[in-house]
Amino acid sequence: MPFNNGQELIESCKENNQKIHEVMLAKEVEVSGLTEEEIKDKLRVSLDIMKKAIERGLTEDMKSVGGLIGGDAKKIKERNEREKSVCGSLMSKAISRSMAVLEVNAAMGKIVAAPTAGSSGILPATLITVGEEFDLDDEVLLQGLITASAVGLIISKNATVAGAEGGCQAETGSAAAMAAAAVVEMMGGNPEMALHAASACLKNVLGLVCDPIAGLVEAPCEKRNAIGAANALISAEMALAGVKSIIPFDEVVQAMYRVGRSLPFELRESAIGGLAGTPTGQRIKREILGE
Amino acid sequence: MQDFSIFDIVGPNMIGPSSSHTAGACKLGYVAYKLARGDVKEVVFRLHGSFAKTYKGHGTDKALLGGILGFEADDERIRNSFQLAKEKGLIFRFEEADLGEEHPNTVRIDIVKGNDVKLTVLGSSVGGGNIKITEIDGVELEFTGEYPTLIISHNDTPGVTGKVTSILGQYDVNIAFMQVYRDSKGKKAFMIIETDSSIDTDLLTHIRETDQIVNAFLVTIK
Repeated sequence: MPFNNGQELIESCKENNQKIHEVMLAKEVEVSGLTEEEIKDKLRVSLDIMKKAIERGLTEDMKSVGGLIGGDAKKIKERNEREKSVCGSLMSKAISRSMAVLEVNAAMGKIVAAPTAGSSGILPATLITVGEEFDLDDEVLLQGLITASAVGLIISKNATVAGAEGGCQAETGSAAAMAAAAVVEMMGGNPEMALHAASACLKNVLGLVCDPIAGLVEAPCEKRNAIGAANALISAEMALAGVKSIIPFDEVVQAMYRVGRSLPFELRESAIGGLAGTPTGQRIKREILGE
Repeated sequence: MQDFSIFDIVGPNMIGPSSSHTAGACKLGYVAYKLARGDVKEVVFRLHGSFAKTYKGHGTDKALLGGILGFEADDERIRNSFQLAKEKGLIFRFEEADLGEEHPNTVRIDIVKGNDVKLTVLGSSVGGGNIKITEIDGVELEFTGEYPTLIISHNDTPGVTGKVTSILGQYDVNIAFMQVYRDSKGKKAFMIIETDSSIDTDLLTHIRETDQIVNAFLVTIK
């Protein structure tokens, strides 16, 4: 039942004829000593926080602590309601919701780190949007959260989900990988397909740097959450159609880790390089932090 | 290899924007609040390293103060903690400080209690919302608050630890980890006991009333 990597997870699924969320839930029961129902009750609390954060971000006038973001999620929602979205209604909803959660986070609102606070928009936005579009009930969304946690666990064990260690690919890339696997299972895909989707997400943003302006979880984090939600949905679509990853998931995770570790310090959440290092980025840093 | 729970990956539930600079900071304040048994008249936060450089933009100050008011890391009142502290008449201030060779996200919390007794807590936010307390009143020690944690200050005399562990046994509480620290032989000492199950008020009172025990605190972080 315990698994340390993608291969072991798939073997465990095959042995028990189970989906990823079933294997992960059984493992959680064993490790935590809680019952399945107790675990799901705790997850219901998380799901509720996620839904409320989306609602707040799309309806209230948010302003971040650093003052760099706020109100953008609403703009996308309103355009989608007003006219035909370029990328389709489902995608438009997913990206606006992902940004909404990030705006709530940046305004000191309540969120669920998934896997981090800086990437907290991707998982709720994709799961809740797909759930709504395909009329899936909360039980399926809870299963999605469990599937996602299994993928996040494998990445945490074998690589990292911290931007300071592995760049943005490790944060929003991992969040997208978790979300994509969850969407695949929610839509009836098998465990292998779920990991093909997760692999695609990491591959699509391999090398993405973590360069927050003034070191704050605001910009470009919000837009990277939007692209993370899109990444998850695109990758899930490919996997559900039968598109496979040539490189196995565990090797993709290894590649992501190696790329992350070889990124210079300036591009790992230090507020020195990338967008943070531009003249405008530096000016904003001086204004906010008074240096 | 470290094993992770579902809730380590999809979680923690927290007030943004940063698990290390906001959620972790709140937990550090909360531990100090618990150690002061909720009795804080004045507090000075001395911020070190990354905490000192970025505390305004991350709301680290609001989170630390929220913790001192007894709020946990997912409490939405954190955002308004300055206002709430003022309403309570709490005197507080933030200073940038060089605390030496410490973790980049470290804070020293200097508290004056209602009876003018002082309390100092040193701790770091070590990532993902996890924390480490490394000093209380000048005594170096270490605990994380992940388990229900008993912090007992006592006189450094023979037989005290035995008394405490047998009381825990009476209440059917299993010890996961236990450490003993002291300033110097025969003086002030601390026991840090991390347990598998929760600890009730009766047990805590029982320990407090035991001979040679100066005080006992319970710290449990969600």
